[in-house]
Order: sequence, then C-alpha cells, then structure tokens
Amino acid sequence: MTEQTASKKEEEVLAELDSFAELPDAPPKRKFRLSWLGWLSVGIVVFWLLICLIGPSIAPFHEMDMEGDDSFLDAYSGEYGTFYLGTDYLGRDTLSRILFGARNTIGISLAATLLAYLMGITLGILAAVKGGWIDMGISRVNDAILALPTIMLGLIVIAALGSSIPILIGTAAVIYATSVFRIARALGQDIMVQDFVEAAHVRGEGIWWIIKSEVLPNAAMPLATDFGLRLVFVVLFISSLSFLGLGVQPPASDWGSMVRENLQGLTYGSYAAIWPALAIASFTIAVNLIVDDVSAKSGGSLAKKMV
Amino acid sequence: MGKEKLFEVKDLRISANTDEGQEVPIVKGVSFDIHKGEVVALIGESGSGKTTISLATLAYTKPGLFFSGGECQLFGEDVLTMPPLKQRDLRGGKVAYLAQSAAATFNPAITIGEQVTESAVLHGLLNQEQATERAVELYHALELPDADRIGFRYPHQVSGGQLQRLMAAMALCGRPDLMVLDEPTTALDVTTQIEVLKAFKKVIREENSAAIYVTHDLAVVAQVADHIVVLYGGEIMEQGSADQIINNPQHAYTKRLMEAVRPKPAAGQGVELTHEHHRDIDNIEVKDMTAGYGGIVDGEPVIPILKDINVSVRNGHVVGVIGESGCGKSTLARVMAGMLPPARGDIILDGKKLEGALKDRKLDELQKVQFVFQMADTALNPKQLIGNIIGRPLEFYHGLTGREKHAKVSEILEMVELPPTFASRYPMELSGGQKQRINLARSLAANPEVMLCDEVTSALDSIVGANVIKLLTALRDKTGVSFVFISHDLSTVSSFADEIVVLYAGRVVEQGPTDEVLEPPFHPYTRLLISSVPEMRIGWLEDTMQKREMAVGIARGVEITKRGCPFFNRCPLAIEGTCETHTPPTLKLRNGHEISCHLTLEQLQNTERETQKILHGYEKLGEDDPQVHVP
Repeated sequence: MTEQTASKKEEEVLAELDSFAELPDAPPKRKFRLSWLGWLSVGIVVFWLLICLIGPSIAPFHEMDMEGDDSFLDAYSGEYGTFYLGTDYLGRDTLSRILFGARNTIGISLAATLLAYLMGITLGILAAVKGGWIDMGISRVNDAILALPTIMLGLIVIAALGSSIPILIGTAAVIYATSVFRIARALGQDIMVQDFVEAAHVRGEGIWWIIKSEVLPNAAMPLATDFGLRLVFVVLFISSLSFLGLGVQPPASDWGSMVRENLQGLTYGSYAAIWPALAIASFTIAVNLIVDDVSAKSGGSLAKKMV
Repeated sequence: MGKEKLFEVKDLRISANTDEGQEVPIVKGVSFDIHKGEVVALIGESGSGKTTISLATLAYTKPGLFFSGGECQLFGEDVLTMPPLKQRDLRGGKVAYLAQSAAATFNPAITIGEQVTESAVLHGLLNQEQATERAVELYHALELPDADRIGFRYPHQVSGGQLQRLMAAMALCGRPDLMVLDEPTTALDVTTQIEVLKAFKKVIREENSAAIYVTHDLAVVAQVADHIVVLYGGEIMEQGSADQIINNPQHAYTKRLMEAVRPKPAAGQGVELTHEHHRDIDNIEVKDMTAGYGGIVDGEPVIPILKDINVSVRNGHVVGVIGESGCGKSTLARVMAGMLPPARGDIILDGKKLEGALKDRKLDELQKVQFVFQMADTALNPKQLIGNIIGRPLEFYHGLTGREKHAKVSEILEMVELPPTFASRYPMELSGGQKQRINLARSLAANPEVMLCDEVTSALDSIVGANVIKLLTALRDKTGVSFVFISHDLSTVSSFADEIVVLYAGRVVEQGPTDEVLEPPFHPYTRLLISSVPEMRIGWLEDTMQKREMAVGIARGVEITKRGCPFFNRCPLAIEGTCETHTPPTLKLRNGHEISCHLTLEQLQNTERETQKILHGYEKLGEDDPQVHVP
C-alpha cells in the first residue's frame, strides 16, 4: 500500500531533522549592490555636487555678464566667446548660469530638505512616542500650518523678515517639515506598538534608547524614500518664490527661476528654458533612483507600499 | 476502492524563480488520487508544500511560483492547461477553497448570507433565491444557531467557530465536486475545534463531496481523513489509508511526526524536579489580584479581564496557565511583568511587594522577571543583529561590554543550541524555530528568576515546538529559573509543567500540581478541556460527541460574569439558582489542589466515572483491538 515516490531516502530526511535542519544552509549574503541605474544615478548626483563646489571657477562667463547683443542666441554662437548652450532672455550665457546656479538650487533645497527632516522626524517621533497632550499639541499646530497654502505662507514670512538665503532655507524647511512630521508620526506610531518595542519597555529601557535603537532604524527606509520626493518639491517651491521675486534675488541665478524667466524663449525656438529644466530633472530623478534602488535592495516592502 | 475517481494529481511539479533567475523546485513530483466522497489529508510541516499543492487543484499558484510539470485532472481533464475562462468556472464552482482564517476571508461590510451565496450565483449555478434556500439548508446541516436568520448578520456578530463553519457553507453552496480545506481548525480553541470538525465531517458525508484537508495536526487528520498523504520538502514521504498511516506508519518521517504529537494529557507526565533547584519558597506570587482595561472606576476595572486571582510560583517550578482564548491568561502574565498595573491586589517577588506599574519598578526587579513574547517574528527587531539583541540585556542589566559581552552572547547562543556565528545574522535570516530560540535567549541573557512564556510554541510546527519544549526543560534544570508557561494547548502544558492553573473567563477555576489537576476530581471545565483534546485515534470524535458533557459544554459562548460562576451556562452540572448568583467556594484538596465549584467533592468525583471511560477506556480497548493506536 505504501508508495515510496520520494527521491530522498528515509535516512537523509531523518538526518536533516536531527542536524540543524532548521538552519538556512548557505551563509547569508548581505553585500550591498546597486544596479547599473543606481550607479549611474550616484554618478549624476556626485557630478552636480562637484559642480556646486567648482562650478563658478570653470564657467566660461560670469553669471551676470550680458555678453551677447541678442537674447536667446543659439548654441555655439556669439562674438565674445562660445555660448555652448546659447544665451538667455538678457543675452547671458546659459551654461555659465547653470554652473553658477547649481550652488543656489542644490545648496538651498538640500539644506532646506535636511532641516525639514531634522525638525519633522524629531517632532514626529516625539509625538508618536509620548502621545497624549504632547502629540495633540504638536499635531494641531502642524495641521494649522498644513492648512495654509505653502506659497502664501512663504510670501508672508519672507515679506515680514526680508529675503535672504538663510530665511529662504528656514521658511522652506518649516513648510516641508509639516509633511515629514505626518509621515514620521505615522511610522513611529506603527513601530511603537510592535512587540519588540514593548519588549524594550518591559526591559526597562529609556525612551531615547528605544527611539535610537528600535524606532529610527525601522523608520529610516520609508523616510529616505520620501526624502527624494520632498527634495523635488523644495526645488519647485524655491523656484516659484524666485519667480515672484522673493527667492534667490536676481541677477544671481538658480535653476528654477531660469526656467521661469526663459519660458517666453520657447516661442522663438530657444532652448534656454530647457537646459535648466534638464538640470533639475537629472538631479532630482537621480536622487529618487538611488533611494529606490537602496530600498529595493534592502527588501523595503514598507517603502514600496508608501510609493 | 470501487469509487469513481474524481481528481488525479500526476507527477505535479511546481517551481519558483529566484532573484538570480535560477529555478528552485518547490513541489517535486507529487501524485495522488481523490475519489468521490473521500477526504484526502495532506500533512506536513511548514515548507512541505502542502498549501501549494492544494492550490494547484484550482490551477492557481501563489505569485512567483509556476507549474513546471505534471497534471491535475478533474474528471480526466487537466485543469492546469485549461483556457482561463474555463478555469474561472472551476474556481469556486467545481472546486471550492476554504482559507485558514475565516475572519480574514469574510468582508466585514457585507452580510454573511450575501457572501455565502455570492459564488454560486456568480457562477450561474443557482439563482439568488435558490442559493439563499440552499444556504439556510447548509446552516442547519452545520448546526449553526438561529440558522434561518444568521445569514442576515454581519461577520463580526458571530463567533470565530461559527464563522469557520459559515465559510464551509460558502464553499458548499454551489455544490462543488471538490473542497479544499486549508488548516480550517488550526486557529481555534480545542472546544471550538471539536464543534467545527464535527460539522465539517457531517456535511462532507451528507453531501458526498470529496475534500482535500490540509493540516499539520495528525490528531485532527485521524478524525476526518480517509486517505493520508505525508509531505516533506515538496515530496511525498508516504501515503496510504488513514488507518494504515495512523496505526502502522512505515516511513521514518511519519514516525517522527507521530512522536511529536504530545500524548493525551494525563497524570504522571510532569517532569520530576532535580533536587538542587527544588526550594519550597515562593518566587513570585499574585494575591487577590483583579485587573482589566479601560481605566478603573471605584476600584473595579471598566472592562474586567481577571478577577480575584491567587497564583504562586515556587522557585524552580513550572506553572502552566491554561484556558481558551480570551480567558485572560496573557493578561495574567502582563500583570506579573508590570505591563498592566492591576486594579487591586499585590504582586510579590521573593517576599517583597512589586510595584504594579513598569516605570515604578527597580532595575533588579525588572531583571528578575522576564517576559517572552508569543511571536518571535514581531518580538525581534528586524534591523538589529542577533548579537545586539542578546547583548543588550547583558549590557543593560549587567554592564557587560566589549569582549566580555561577546563571549557571554556566544555562551547564551550555545545554551539555546545555536551556533555562535548566529550573532552576526539578522532575525530575517533565521527559521521560525530559531527565532523563537533567540527570543528565549534574550530573556535568558538577563539572568532572570522568573520567565513568563506567552504561548511560545503555538506558532511553531509540531516537531520544532517539541524541540523548544525540550530546550525549556533543559534550561530549567540547568539554571533553576521558574517558568510561567501560558498555553491553550493542554497537552503541551501537561508535558512540561509541575503545576497547572486553569483559567476560565478571568477566574481560576482549578489549580494544583499537574498530577492532581489531571486526575479526578476535576472542575467540570477542566474535564471539558481534557476531553476536547483530540486523540490520535480514528473514531474518537464520534465517541466524544456522544458524551453529555461535551454536547452541553461546547455549544455556548464564554461570558465574563460579575457574579457567580462564569462557567454556569456551559456546565452540565450547574445548580440553577446558585451557580449564576453566588461566587463558588474554593474546595481545598490535598497537595494544594484547589477547585472552585459549588458542587461537593463527592459530586465532582461521581461524575468522573463517565470521563474516566473517555480517558482510559481506549487504553483497554487498545489491548484487544490492534486497530487502535495508543499514543
């Protein structure tokens, strides 16, 4: 009656059960490997960061020089030197302005996003961990800020305090910290009810240790995913402020305002607005691709769910 | 077997693709037949491929898997190669699938009746009226209460066991040729499990439909299956009639599975204490404790969970806490650990009163009482290395750092029988049983006096669970730690505990040394529990269901009562007018054995005879009837 169809012998099965049959046999592979797309993105980001440092010194012209007689000149033209990417609406060299502007755009948005994350995560985790009145207080203030249109809020703050780069960074950071707060708080609340956090409570651990060792490592990946997205928003926010004359003050350049001011050139067939747009796109997409790649490699199911 | 062949699985192969694009076989050439009116059980532990094979009968695989060979023939037609539209008719129409968790299967926003009839109407097998009629018929057949109207209720308005049976009605509504039941009773309490098993068996027989029953529980299989297929690692180890597999297993793996089935709880199984640890001093004690949730009003919790609990754990002893889900057994451990401050009463550790709240307890008090969580999957931080998880209590309580800590971590890993190299792994890289060992190791690292183990073996396979129990016994002998061992599984508790506390609806109904509790006199509830544990014997279910106590005891739900004995509505011996109004007195018997009941000792003894027959009758039977296997 008994059929022996198995390829494994009885003894082998038993041996497996007795020895460390429960073990995954191969030692775990934990090498950190990016895909080629990930490496390309790292390359792009490193390239732009380098430009931030050395951009002004390698630019063929100064960002404020109005060298061309005509605005919206084509690439590889001009009498005073070669405009590799043509000129903008005032006849300034587009390439030089992009090289100069990298510092403003990337510097300001990166600083603002990092600051937003610092504030958002600190308050969000604090609200999640403490709960009660602290959570209530911070959350309601946060809701109030969220309810205001970001541009309006930015306008009012800058109109009151004046336009300077630190104020620009601070304003953008506060505005974007609100959404970071929301995410950090939700994540924190999810993690705080996990058994391993309760285990730490029962052990008698202090709140800071729990945040540092149990909550943050588990919140890091989803927050990083959001970081890439948030960076793009900040770039756009800064450029809209610049367009209104409250952001980076002309004649200093930043990529966002370069797109805005050169939009009219599109009707004349000029690429002056396209180049800074490409710069923004290449930087932000590269940051997002790196984050995606890292979270996919670390089995970031939570991160994927969020995206 | 002269019956018509209904379904044939021929050399079925299912594989998965890894990230590197390699093909990994999951099911490696499995063949078996299903005849009309026959129940075929697929048994095996997790990873044996039993669920994967059962889903193949619906021509379905989980994402990431694919059919790499073989056939599944329903009435001679291969379902795997059918066009998609025909497969659609097959699923839910000709072959019906019952998932493990009814709670997750039912949509909470739609009435039960609508969901039960949905698939039959959708497949055009019946119109809505016929389907509703058929559903009501099935509710009656499945012995559901208020069968004519239960269809109008929502899923949250019925109990877990009822929902499980309603799922069977859902599957049977369209009169499928084949039913696939995937661990349908695994998540249920023993007393509920019996009820559901009985209903399933009756309905399968009446409908003369065939079924595939997927489970890891051999004792359950013995009750329902006609034919058993034993799986390991995606291959068939052995298959044969239920009678042959249960009573005369051939393959070594099957024999091993049988060994892991814990014997029927009975007196004389408890482990003898080694004398060096045996000190008759109370280690941790709970006195007149009442606890619950939702805040405290007038000294009583708003939602009471535990009432007037007295439990003491002596040094080096193992106290098993047993009861159905919702009886408050986990809450008891949480109160002891300080996670839930009690509303009234004291917790005493080594003669000193402990503060109720965690934050008021001192570090050395925290260190002495360690809580082990049920699910190792969630109790271990996925982002921490094993070395850090075990190392943290060493550092936190004992101030060990650097090389000293490292050495101690290796030592503790060895104690839980894992290699020291595991320190550099993440929890994700371990199996279920290994994670549970790490979970224990973390508590052990604190060097505690008491370990509170909350259902630590419930989520594990039987062989792995048996190994964990073995480990716990060894640890107790080696370290002299006292254990509070919480479980809903009486067999597990009785094989490990020195003393047993039986909880029912937040009260201790019986407690005492294991041997005393498992011997008459019993509290009526204890007896119900003991006789509900399935035996690995064909025909046990029928025998048990004939008993008066069982029939009365399992039909009704649990209510936490303010006054009287909470068990009165299920108790076959309840004294009307007394039991529901007066709190039962505690009968003190020898060796600290206590029973809380209104009945006199003689009455409790007298009603024993019948149970004695249930408990020990089969052993005598076994002597003159070689058909019956005595575990």
